[in-house]
Amino acid sequence: MERSERPARTLFDRIWEGHLVRPETPEAPAVLFVDLHLVHEVTSPQAFTVLRERGLRVRRPDLTLATMDHSTPTDPPGPAGEVEITDPQCRNQLEALERNCREFGIELHPLGADHQGIVHVIGPELGLTQPGRTVVCGDSHTSTHGAFGAFAFGIGTSEVGHVLATQCLLQRRPRTLEVRVHGRLGPCVTAKDLVLEIISRLGVSGGTGYVLEYSGEAIRALSMEARMTLCNMSIEAGARAGLVAPDDTTFEYLHGRPRAPKGPAWDAALARWRTLRTDPGAPFDAAVEIDASALEPTITFGTHPGMSAPVTGRVPQPERERDPAARRALEAALAYMGLRPGQQLEGHPIDVVFIGSCTNGRLSDLRAAASVLRGRRVATRVRTLVVPGSREVKRAAEAEGLHRVFLEAGAEWREPGCSMCIGMNGDQVGPGKSSVSTSNRNFEGRQGPGSRTFLASPLSAAAAAVAGALADPRGFVDGRPQGGR
Amino acid sequence: MEPFRTLTSRAVVLPRRDIDTDQIIPARFLKVTTRDGLGRWLFAGWRYDAQGTPVADFPLNDPQAAGARILIGGANFGCGSSREHAPWALVDHGFRAVISVSIADIFRNNAIKNGLLPAVVDEETHRVLLARPFGEVSVDLEAQEVSAPGVRARFSIDPFARRCLLDGTDELGFLLGQAPAIAAYEQARREEGA
Repeated sequence: MERSERPARTLFDRIWEGHLVRPETPEAPAVLFVDLHLVHEVTSPQAFTVLRERGLRVRRPDLTLATMDHSTPTDPPGPAGEVEITDPQCRNQLEALERNCREFGIELHPLGADHQGIVHVIGPELGLTQPGRTVVCGDSHTSTHGAFGAFAFGIGTSEVGHVLATQCLLQRRPRTLEVRVHGRLGPCVTAKDLVLEIISRLGVSGGTGYVLEYSGEAIRALSMEARMTLCNMSIEAGARAGLVAPDDTTFEYLHGRPRAPKGPAWDAALARWRTLRTDPGAPFDAAVEIDASALEPTITFGTHPGMSAPVTGRVPQPERERDPAARRALEAALAYMGLRPGQQLEGHPIDVVFIGSCTNGRLSDLRAAASVLRGRRVATRVRTLVVPGSREVKRAAEAEGLHRVFLEAGAEWREPGCSMCIGMNGDQVGPGKSSVSTSNRNFEGRQGPGSRTFLASPLSAAAAAVAGALADPRGFVDGRPQGGR
Repeated sequence: MEPFRTLTSRAVVLPRRDIDTDQIIPARFLKVTTRDGLGRWLFAGWRYDAQGTPVADFPLNDPQAAGARILIGGANFGCGSSREHAPWALVDHGFRAVISVSIADIFRNNAIKNGLLPAVVDEETHRVLLARPFGEVSVDLEAQEVSAPGVRARFSIDPFARRCLLDGTDELGFLLGQAPAIAAYEQARREEGA
């Protein structure tokens, strides 16, 4: 009798092994096949130039999809539906992408098209991001797609060229780290709060060299959009990628999406997807455990996403940091942010609120923000931008009247794009001004020169817009009237 | 790509840890379609004030930084965005090596493809190098060694990346050479119906 059982494998092992064109050796990395390559205007032009210089074609245009998101204006269109691109550099970049896609035969969802939007919003929305796939893009937040149990990671422009030309990448096998999250998230505590806590626990370089697999009761309870928020910020812990094993939540999300398999192909895919899991006892290289029920609405106070605290808490004291480098980093961060050691976070005044991005620009995020803003007004001196992640998100939000909630509250309802997360399109916070932002990075100047960014969930951001200051969202969704200066 | 063997140069020291690629080159300078000329915007947010005047005490503006080809950075250098504009800007400014105790994943990958050596040293060596702004540092890639007066230490780098840098070859050529294996993989996948 044969009992040649395979050793217990992780989800990551399964995806990795299924995509090896050539295994790695000490001398050379593995050649890894890419199932889906997403392309945008900022990190691709120089890659197409290399292709042209070397006389190469795109090997698999059928596995390549392009859209415009970073350099696109989000101002409401003119009376004839016209979008004006006033920045000549942005216009040049967008035109270059159109030319490149035409020349190399790549499907493009340009400005104004039905499925245009942030690259990490439209991939899932179209049903292209599927369990077990390898997904890459010249953008670090490609980790978002790991929510479907896909191995998804950001690459540089040279590697964009590699994938265009060969559909493959040279990769060393990353290590694996299990992030097991017990219990359930409390009221007004979201995937954003959870991932900020995870980054704080691991540190901004704690995930370097690892793929994180999120598991446990709290993860199973998350919606697909919440899982995307979680995986999106895996890179902020330095991780190569984040993963959530697919389950019925994943399959329900994908069923009926435009590019998801149909009919018998769906049944076959489903059977395959159900095998994509981590076997009990499969070894991880490292593990951390987190109790979801202990978490509170969380906000960053510093200049990287690892510097966060409960919004009801206080700014930490640098003098309590034993490590001199950490102390200096904290001092520099507080000076930049205009915060005093030990000061209370709640009540700190802000100037701008940004609700959107590949982290929190999906329909459920807008619903959350609307649940706070419905029947309230944003503080008079706070500029509030609501930017849907894609045209599809915008349509769906308008169909249920969310845009009216935002407009009646005094917020701006804008066109889809990356917008103020990165500020390339002119949507910027302003020097010395503070924003509460649902995006992913609070680096110095990230939202424009001199901007001070507090990262938080859509609930917390909407609460801050009403209060005109950092605020605990729990005071806004349980029926108690508050704020509104 | 120019082969990388040895390099001796004064080193610019930026001791802050977690220097992200938004600091190396801010997003407003990414609205380009070529890779040239980004050196003038290297560390723009720290190097120039709001009026565009060089900030006197930023190390890159020190006269001693002129011609420096080695950068010593704090831990977790190059974290954040995947923008290859970061190594493009460093190389355009004249840097050929970044030395730290840890270097972020995507930045390290991007650096190698542009002939910029990412060298990871032990904490003690890092401490010594951080304490000597504008000191002379030597890098020997064949021997995988960093040295400075009174210090000699091995640095770590992926063997394949080392080979590419030593030979001045690029990975795209290697990948294109895999075409038969890629075609075989694609064929096998088609037969599986995946």
